[in-house]
Formats: sequence, C-alpha cells, structure tokens
Amino acid sequence: MTDTTRISGSLRNRLATTLIGGAAVLAVLLFVVVRGYAAQIAQQGQDSILAASASSILDAAIIRDGSVEVDFPYSALSILSTPSDDRIFYAIYRDDTLLSGYESLPRAPFDGSATTAFTTTDFQDDAVRFISARRILVGENLRTHVSVVVGQTQDGLTLTLNRISRNVAVFGIGFFILAALLSYWATSITIERLTRLTISVTRRGPQDLSPVIAPMPVEMAPLVASLNTLMDRLDQSLNRSEEFIAEAAHRVRTPLATVRSYAEATLQRVSKEENRQALRSMVRAIDESSRAAGQLLDHAMITFRADHLEYQDIDLVELVTEFVRSFSPLAEMKDIEFSLHMSPPVHIAGDPILMQNAVRNVIDNALKYSPCESIISITVSAHPNPRVIITDQGPGFPPEQLNTLTERFTRGDNAEGTVGSGLGLTIAQDVALAHEGHLELSNLPKGGACVTFILSA
Amino acid sequence: MRYFYLIGMMLCFVMSGAVFAKDWEEQHLFQAPNHTLTLRVLSSTDTSLFAPIIDQFVQQNPNISVEYLVTGTVDLYDTFRQNASDFDVVISSAMDLQLKLTNDGHALKISGVSHPDWAQWGQGLFAFTAEPAAIVINRAAFAGRRKPQTRQDLILALRARPEVFRGKIGTYDVRASGLGYLFATQDARASETYWRLMEVMGSLDAQLYCCSGEMLDDVANGTLAIAYNVLGSYAHARPDALKKIEVIFPSDFPTTMMRTVFVPKETSQRSAAVSFLKHLILPSTDVSDLGLFRVPFLTSEPNDMGQSMIALEPALLTYLDVLKRRKFIQAWEDAIIQPSF
Ligand SMILES: Nc1ncnc2c1ncn2[C@@H]1O[C@H](COP(=O)(O)OP(=O)(O)O)[C@@H](O)[C@H]1O
Repeated sequence: MTDTTRISGSLRNRLATTLIGGAAVLAVLLFVVVRGYAAQIAQQGQDSILAASASSILDAAIIRDGSVEVDFPYSALSILSTPSDDRIFYAIYRDDTLLSGYESLPRAPFDGSATTAFTTTDFQDDAVRFISARRILVGENLRTHVSVVVGQTQDGLTLTLNRISRNVAVFGIGFFILAALLSYWATSITIERLTRLTISVTRRGPQDLSPVIAPMPVEMAPLVASLNTLMDRLDQSLNRSEEFIAEAAHRVRTPLATVRSYAEATLQRVSKEENRQALRSMVRAIDESSRAAGQLLDHAMITFRADHLEYQDIDLVELVTEFVRSFSPLAEMKDIEFSLHMSPPVHIAGDPILMQNAVRNVIDNALKYSPCESIISITVSAHPNPRVIITDQGPGFPPEQLNTLTERFTRGDNAEGTVGSGLGLTIAQDVALAHEGHLELSNLPKGGACVTFILSA
Repeated sequence: MRYFYLIGMMLCFVMSGAVFAKDWEEQHLFQAPNHTLTLRVLSSTDTSLFAPIIDQFVQQNPNISVEYLVTGTVDLYDTFRQNASDFDVVISSAMDLQLKLTNDGHALKISGVSHPDWAQWGQGLFAFTAEPAAIVINRAAFAGRRKPQTRQDLILALRARPEVFRGKIGTYDVRASGLGYLFATQDARASETYWRLMEVMGSLDAQLYCCSGEMLDDVANGTLAIAYNVLGSYAHARPDALKKIEVIFPSDFPTTMMRTVFVPKETSQRSAAVSFLKHLILPSTDVSDLGLFRVPFLTSEPNDMGQSMIALEPALLTYLDVLKRRKFIQAWEDAIIQPSF
C-alpha cells in the first residue's frame, strides 16, 4: 500500500519552514529596525554635542567697538573629544566673511528662520557631520549676523554603531535560534498526534476494523471520523461478502450431498463397467466440490470469528488424539501409521472450533500427501511454546514455494492429482495468527514435510 | 587654514621659499654606515638632547641615515605646512600646533602601537616625553631666602624685592614661541594667578625669550634671577649650569607638556619613518640606564601621569583661533609690556 502512496511535500517541513522562515524574517527586521533606531539616536547624540559646541561659541560673540569678538571657552571644543579621536573643524563668520577657523567648510542652508542646520558631507576624505548655527548681534547702531560652522568626523559614531550592530546581531541570532527551537518543538508536538494516529492504525491486526476511539484534536476529528466511517463500511462489506461466500458454499453443499447419495444409489444398481466408471468419477468430483465448499465455509468462518474469538480451555493432546482416532479409518486404507509423541496434557486458551479446523487441515494434508505404508508423526509439546508438530514421509513441500503455500488458493507443484483447493494451510495459518501464534513449514532432511503449528505462550 | 598660516607669518622669522636654502637653527646628519636612505627629521628640540637616542637608532638600523633639522615650533609649523613632503618625521613641543597638523589630516595613521590613550591622538600623533614647565632661579639671588614653591610665592617674592628683580626676570615671548604660547594659555586657563604674575613681571620689566635654552643660560650666568615657564628638562642637559641654578616645579598646579611626534602622510619613506617613530615612543631598552636619558620619556606607569598633562585633545585648537589668539596676546601684552616710568 505504502509504495503506492503519492508523496507531495511534508506538513512538518512546511510548518517548520513557515515558522522558522518567519522567525528569520522577524530577526532580520528586528536587526534593521533596532540598528536604524540606534543610528538615529547616535546621530542625535552627536548632533546635540555639535549644537552645544556651536552655541557656546556663538554665546561668546560680542560686539566691541564695532568689531566682533568671539572669546569662546575651551570647553566649546573640548566637549567634542571622543574616545576614537574624531577630527574637528570649525569656522566663525561675520555675515559672510570668515573671521577665524577653517576655510571653505560646507555651510548647511538654514531652513526658514531656523537658527541651526545640519548636514553630513565628505570633507578632507572623511564623512563629517556639520552644524551651522547663527545669531544676530545688536550693538550701538549696528546689527550683524554671526554664524559658526562646527564639524566632527564620524569615527566615534561608527564605532558606537558597530558595537550596537554587533550586540543587536547577537540578540537577533539568539532570538532566531530560540524561535527556531520553539517552532521545531511546536511542529513536533503537532505532528506527534498524527504520528500517534498512524501508529495506532498501523498496529492493528489485519482483521481489526473497529473505529478509532482515542480522543482527537478538533482539526483531526473530521479525518478520523471519515476514517471510522470508511472502516465501518469496509467492515460491513467484508462481512457481507463472507456471509455471501458461506451462504453460497452452504447452498452448494446441500444439493451436492443429495446428488452424491443419488449417484451412490445408482452405482449400486448399474452393472455395466463403463457406467460404473462414470458414476465413480462423478462421486469423486462431487466429493471434491463439497470438500472445497466446506473449506471455503471454514475459511469464511475463521475470518469472521478471528475478530471475536471464544476462548476456552483446550487440551491440545486430547484434541490431537481425537483427530487421530477419527482419521484412523482413512489412514488404515493407505496403511499409514500415526506415531504420537505426547504425554502430559498441554492446556491452552483458544477457540475450540478454530483449533479443530486448523489441526484437521494439517493432519488431512499429511494423509493426502503421504505415500502408502508410511508413518505420520505428531508431536505435541508445551515448550518453549505450546505447539503441534506434524511430519510425514511424503515428498515434502516444493522448496521454492515454501513462502507462498499459505496464501489463499495456492497449491504446490506437487499437488497435481491430489484433491484440494489450496485453502488448508491458509486456514491453519489464519487460526495460528488469530491466536497470536504462527505456522512454520519446512522439509525434513530425510524427506517429508514438517508443519509446526505454534501458539503464543 | 590661511589664518593659522598668517599667525606663522606674523610671528616667525622671515621665511625663505625653499627648504634647502633655509637657515636652520641646527642641522646635523647622523650618517649610517651602510647608508641607503636618509630620514629628514623636523624637530624643535636641540640636537644635543636627542643625539643619543638617534645614534642608537642609526646603530640598530645601519642603512638609515638621519638628518636632524631644528627650528622653533612656530617656524616648524609653517615650514611643514609649506613643504609637507620634504619631511619624514615631525617632532615638536608645541602640542597645539602638532595637534592641528594631525587634525588637518597630515599625520599617517599608525595602528597597532600600544601607547596609552591619553598619550596619542587619532593613532597619528604620539606623545613620548613629559616635561613640566618650571620656575628656574639663580641660587645666588635667593641665597639665604625661602625659595618660591608656587606661583603665589613667586608673586610675593617679586613684590618683596622689586629692586633686585627689576629687569632680571625672564619668560617666553608668547608671540614668538609656540611652546611659550601653549604654556601661557594653559596657565591662564588653569588660574587667574597667571595674569597677576604677568602684571607683576610686567611691572618689573620682564625680559622676553624665544627659547628655554637661552633663558637657562642667562639664569646660570646671572643675567636673570628668575625664569618662569622654562623647560626643566633642558637644565639636565647642562650639568655645569645646575650648580648655579635650581629648577622648581610649582606645586600649586603643574603645567606639563608632552613632546609629540608624527609621520607625515606625505612622506615617501613610510616604513623607515614609522620605525623611527616607534624607536622614539617605545624605547627598546631602558634609556636612562644607557645614559641616553636627556629628556624625560614617558614611563610605563602613566595613569596618574595622564592627569597633570596638558590633554592631547582637539580643544588645543581653541587658543590657535585667530580671534582668541589676538585677544590673548592683547591681554598678555597689556600685562607684561608696561611703559617704564
Ligand atoms: N504434507 C504435505 N506434503 C507435501 N506437500 C504438502 C503437504 N501439505 C501441503 N502441501 C503442499 O501445500 C499446498 C497447499 O496446501 P493446502 O493449502 O492444504 O491445499 P491443498 O488443498 O492443495 O492441499 C499443497 O497444494 C501442496 O502442494
């Protein structure tokens, strides 16, 4: 069955991929957002220090005797010291004339009436953050603009950012690993319910078509419900067909018996050898048919009963002894002797009707395939498991067919000319399996078949 | 930038256009035995102070000759600005000017040098000496008197005997000396005492000098009784002068300069220049034991040292600002150059 199941993807993989993929996306998103945020904050930090520096320079600007003096404090530049020794630049302008500081610094354009403006530009091979700030100085009948530009390279900022990025990356990876573990775990427990259902269905005996009754999660309930309905229908249709076979066999057997008795009666009356021969063939054919019908009936019954065995205490020794007694006339006709090896009773719990059927079929086979004047040996033992071993001195099983002989309607190559339907061993095996045992076929080294009927302890 | 350059123009000697035609204060070639290349070292430090350590370098690198060129700190700054590619190593005591050159991107970044953070800037500028500014007195002038230990003491001592000290006090002419300007601005930043001291010194007709060496000589020969803000380290290079003078490091607040060195980006002999720099800042053997010790090198337990130093940070640019400088010089001139009555 499994070979024909078509596989398309895996629920577990799909679930895990979705969850882990989601976690990865989230982790990356986290990294990008936090890093962006950190960059913004770090930039704000640098900007506010630049602003402080610029405003402390501007604050120092005064007009004295018509000229601008800017006696800015040492701290104006010393607050720009960073651990990574960023370079600094500054320039002080009166209106648009450079008063002091660096020439040709980029001056960010002011926005409307704003007094500060920022810009980041490449200056002397480095990315430099510049602030422009301005102020109006009013002296006696004099009004003038003083503006400053202060710039700082961004090594310290980059360093901070890199450190933050590293931390955030570690955090993101940690988050991802955690989420991946979590999704693996979640996937596992989800799939586990399915696995459990699968196992419980797989473990069932071949005849077990009872509904699944274990409680199921709501998502799986429809599946299980359909499964149960399916099995129910299957069970019904199986039962119906078994019943049909049994009924059919039964219906065939009764008229056959009638026909047989007529044929026998007629055989008594006719004397012409030719006719007697025909009648005898007829009787044999009827026998064969009714035997096959009987076996079909047995088989159907076993299939049916296997689900609900009626356990009783059975003594295997007694069972076998009885059969040997009832087969004795038949055996005597072929000069076959039974050799029995069994002393203490071997008690088992089993379905008596099935057990009888099984043992009868095996002994019947032994008689059928044994040559005249031979010995059939039957051993019943309780160790290690209760078992019945039946050996004969016939041709043995065709070795290459050993594995298939127990299949339904399968007959061996050596069966030609022997009455039979290919169901005997099947019945024996089904009974053994129904009792949690099994059937072993082998050939004796000296020739002859050996059938071991083993039950569970 | 032109403005900084202008300062130089205003203050230093008249520059000759070409470097090679330049008149150096000192010029010395340390010839290597297997000479293949010559490092041109531009420095503000007297040859005699560095000769031992350069000799050692040439010994260890027998293919590198060193041409040692000495000029004043301001001139050094201007010379370098004009002909940056002519020099392979730049050493100066004017931390502010050195820092400015570095800030302007002239210093080669040298990574992997283990040097305390406070003694380097931007992996380009490295400090390698610690030299406090000192009060140097002529022993004779203070015979039997308490020697001033602080600036306040000094003010009192000057006021007590103006007739003795008139015309016999020396200090840097901050207009001409980069180091003098650095010391003055840092002093002024630290305490108002500086201005009072300048006024007292001005009233006593203070003599102005370009260099520590000359001041020391004049204290030793009695021309001066006191010199203020002198590099004490120079005194150690004059053993015979030490008998006549005493070097006092003021205990109220120390102003300690670090001599700094960098390798110009423009140099064509990077690896040789870098190994010279490393030789300077990471003396391989204990230089004092070898008798090479003429300048106080940074020691390796510098944590508390870092505190008293003039910080190597971009704020040093503050007093280089043309407006600030104009104002400071103005104030300084007002204090120290007083019309004599
Ligand atoms: N005792 C035996 N000796 C040899 N062959 C046997 C014996 N029992 C069964 N077989 C072989 O196993 C086949 C299947 O047996 P069974 O299912 O009983 O069917 P059948 O009605 O043909 O005997 C037989 O056709 C025969 O080839």
